[in-house]
Amino acid sequence: MRRDIFQAIADPTRRAIITLIALQAMTPNAIADNFNTTRQSVSKHLRILTECQLVKQEQQGREIYYSLEIDKMKEIDKWIEQFRRIWETRFNQLDKVLSTIKNKKK
Amino acid sequence: MSNPLDFTIDKSTKTALINREFDADLSLVWDAFTKQEILDQWWAPAPWSSKTKVMNFEVGGRRFYAMVSPEGQEHWSIQKYSSISPKTNFKFLNAFADENENPQLPGSEWDLTFSEQNGTTKVSVSIYNESLERMEKMIEMGFKEGFTMTMNSLEELLASLKNN
Repeated sequence: MRRDIFQAIADPTRRAIITLIALQAMTPNAIADNFNTTRQSVSKHLRILTECQLVKQEQQGREIYYSLEIDKMKEIDKWIEQFRRIWETRFNQLDKVLSTIKNKKK
Repeated sequence: MSNPLDFTIDKSTKTALINREFDADLSLVWDAFTKQEILDQWWAPAPWSSKTKVMNFEVGGRRFYAMVSPEGQEHWSIQKYSSISPKTNFKFLNAFADENENPQLPGSEWDLTFSEQNGTTKVSVSIYNESLERMEKMIEMGFKEGFTMTMNSLEELLASLKNN
């Protein structure tokens, strides 16, 4: 099954997890403490985030810590930037068309 | 200087919101969005071009058009008008299609609002997509190549279009 970053951020709990671990690496239990949900549900979200390569795991002693892959998050910004540029170009073109029509009318 | 573009993506509502002001009166801006001969002059980001095959701007009517790449590759779409309040608002359902007008559903829902103040017209566009993945596809559908050119050459192209 294809997993991508947009699927990762489509869910509100996953967005909240991303916000939490952006600040510091956390264990699944510490993450689950912040939510009104089961430990299994948090594990499921962490698995999806891991499959999307948005988070990485690190073993420290007996505990596994999850932290954010900052570079992967930047991909989302890049995509939004592309979308934005389409509209910028499109509307700058419209400016020119409008001013051409206005000048013709004069 | 062009007017600033206000662009936001609300991931929780799966909606893109675009606001922009134009230095022209409402009637002219409305025409630019609703008349095929004007639309085709600006809808496709250069160096792509827009080619409208059918357009009946009425509720239940449609625009069937293609974005044409510099190499002549055509990406067809259908915009089916679901609501029109003249010079105020119109809505359509946008779907990618093949050249025989077979749509690929689900599409995206577009809502465009127009208002004028002191000769400046504000346009607000909202685009709702059922999935963010599909939004991603809107970009992948051919636009990438169009943006590899530098902004400089884009300016040149626009200037030459203007002089024609």
